[in-house]
Amino acid sequence: MVKFSFVVNDPMGLHARPAGELVKEATKCTSKVTIRKGEKTGDAKRIFNVMGLSIKAKEEVELIVEGDNEAEEAAMLEAFVKENI
Amino acid sequence: MEKVTGKSIFKGIAIGKILFYKKGEQSVKRIRIEDTKTEIKRYEDAKEKAVEQLNELYKKAVKEVGEMNAAVFEVHAMMVQDGDYVDSVLNIIETQQVNAEYAVAITGDNLSEMFSAMDDDYFKARAADVKDISERLVNILSGKESGKNLGDDPIIIVADDLAPSETVQMDKEKLLAFVTEHGSSNSHTAILARTMNIPALIGVNIREEWDGKLAVVDGYSGTFYIEPDGQTLSQMEKQQKEDLEAKELLQKLKGEEDITLDGRKIKLYANIGGVKDVTGVLANDAAGIGLFRSEFLYLESDDYPSEESQFQAYKTVAENMAGKKVIVRTLDIGADKQADYFNLDHEENPAMGCAIRICLERTDIFKTQLRALLRASAFGNIAIMYPMIISVDEVRKIKEIVKSVKEELDVNGVPYGDIEQGIMIETPAAVMISDLLAEEVDFFSIGTNDLTQYTLAIDRQNMKLDNIYDSHHPAILRMIQMTIENGHKHGCWVGICGELGADPTLTQTFVEMGIDELSVSPTFVLPIRKIIREIKARKND
Repeated sequence: MVKFSFVVNDPMGLHARPAGELVKEATKCTSKVTIRKGEKTGDAKRIFNVMGLSIKAKEEVELIVEGDNEAEEAAMLEAFVKENI
Repeated sequence: MEKVTGKSIFKGIAIGKILFYKKGEQSVKRIRIEDTKTEIKRYEDAKEKAVEQLNELYKKAVKEVGEMNAAVFEVHAMMVQDGDYVDSVLNIIETQQVNAEYAVAITGDNLSEMFSAMDDDYFKARAADVKDISERLVNILSGKESGKNLGDDPIIIVADDLAPSETVQMDKEKLLAFVTEHGSSNSHTAILARTMNIPALIGVNIREEWDGKLAVVDGYSGTFYIEPDGQTLSQMEKQQKEDLEAKELLQKLKGEEDITLDGRKIKLYANIGGVKDVTGVLANDAAGIGLFRSEFLYLESDDYPSEESQFQAYKTVAENMAGKKVIVRTLDIGADKQADYFNLDHEENPAMGCAIRICLERTDIFKTQLRALLRASAFGNIAIMYPMIISVDEVRKIKEIVKSVKEELDVNGVPYGDIEQGIMIETPAAVMISDLLAEEVDFFSIGTNDLTQYTLAIDRQNMKLDNIYDSHHPAILRMIQMTIENGHKHGCWVGICGELGADPTLTQTFVEMGIDELSVSPTFVLPIRKIIREIKARKND
């Protein structure tokens, strides 16, 4: 299991477009990708799960990657998040 | 004539006939199904077709409203295929043995309720997206065509609410304005209206009997006139004509150089107060950002903003400006802007107390900001500007601090770009020693608001003194002249970022004085560009 956290910088939060981009990216992974905000978690490959967390600007979220290729896939996701969210 | 009001989303005038837009009737019946396998196949086919349609809409929207706004259709396609959504539909069909239309409608209702219950306006408004994709699926399942023929004449659309897919399917040539009862200023319709530059009102109590009547949307006052009387109509027609002429004129200036008739180039930049203002800078085609007030980062939060959050804000702006100059003014707090957590001592006369002096006293706060700025400078063309300078000594101290921060970054191998450093000239003291200051820095930016108040000894916050506050006072103009001359003599470029920079009656004076840069509110960029292009920099030439 590989975890990393990030802060959402978009003033509108993790709104439809970035949420969609994140889901698209997570779907490319063979690992199970979980998104966590506080107590709540969701499947990062499912747009309703991600948007359902209602992640707002400046909130911290965590991505948890579990699977055979977890290290490289987590690195890929982290790079994506850094660049886009 | 009937007159109703609403909240205006986009300023402008539209005159035309009303089309009362009704959604396709969505009465979904619950029908018992024996053969759930066939029903599931029917749903899978509809899902595939919906995705196809959304991909087509996406392509159409990219062309019409740009990739950013079109992304909603990509998200819709994702929603249609989302695991939660699909599982729910399949589960309802199988366990309840019902028709696909019903399963889709129930799923849509449940998920849109989840969004409606959220505590954030943006996410609340997403309930409309879920309803929209569910309606699309139901329409496909029941063989109905979505979208509506708008007829041949240009029209004002009046509707309860509009889904993004509905607005994109409409023929833009015929769309004059939107008037809706529901929908928020965050709705996609509102965003699209702004992108398409057409007037839009929300929160209007709409009536179906208006259908086909002549009406006027006044996006300036948020008024909707149905069957306007002659006087209103001619008044609005006049305003619309003026709008159009002014807009056309200014739009022609986009992409043009800021250059005088005799060939002097002026840097015409924009002032911003936060990351979200960059859109306005780009839309108005400013050549850079001449003043990025960094205070908002401090005033918006309850504690000192972290280096990381500052870095992200500066980086975002620098990247969006794509290599154009971004001048960030370091923390200018204390005068009329205060944040509690600074625990500043109460001051009798706060305007005369703080700003850079806080930074020099509390170097930790200042260094955090400098580190964030330097790191962000690796991602664009950032310059740093220091406010409220009164002495050469202050500037030297600041430069020492900057140097030490750079050294720390070097040690840690953190990259940063070549940054220009400049100061605000906003105290009479700075003007008087501008020849000495010019030797220390790369540029000056004259803050005319503070310079005026300190020179004329008039408190800007005091309304009673408003009538004697004369920003065209010869003392101010002479100070500006002096600053420009001293700056140029010692190799500094000189700009104005105060309100006076956007005063169209002074543009010629400033250009004749030799000003290099004017930084104004985004909406003033094109009007000032127009003036620059019509004047000469040298007198009697």
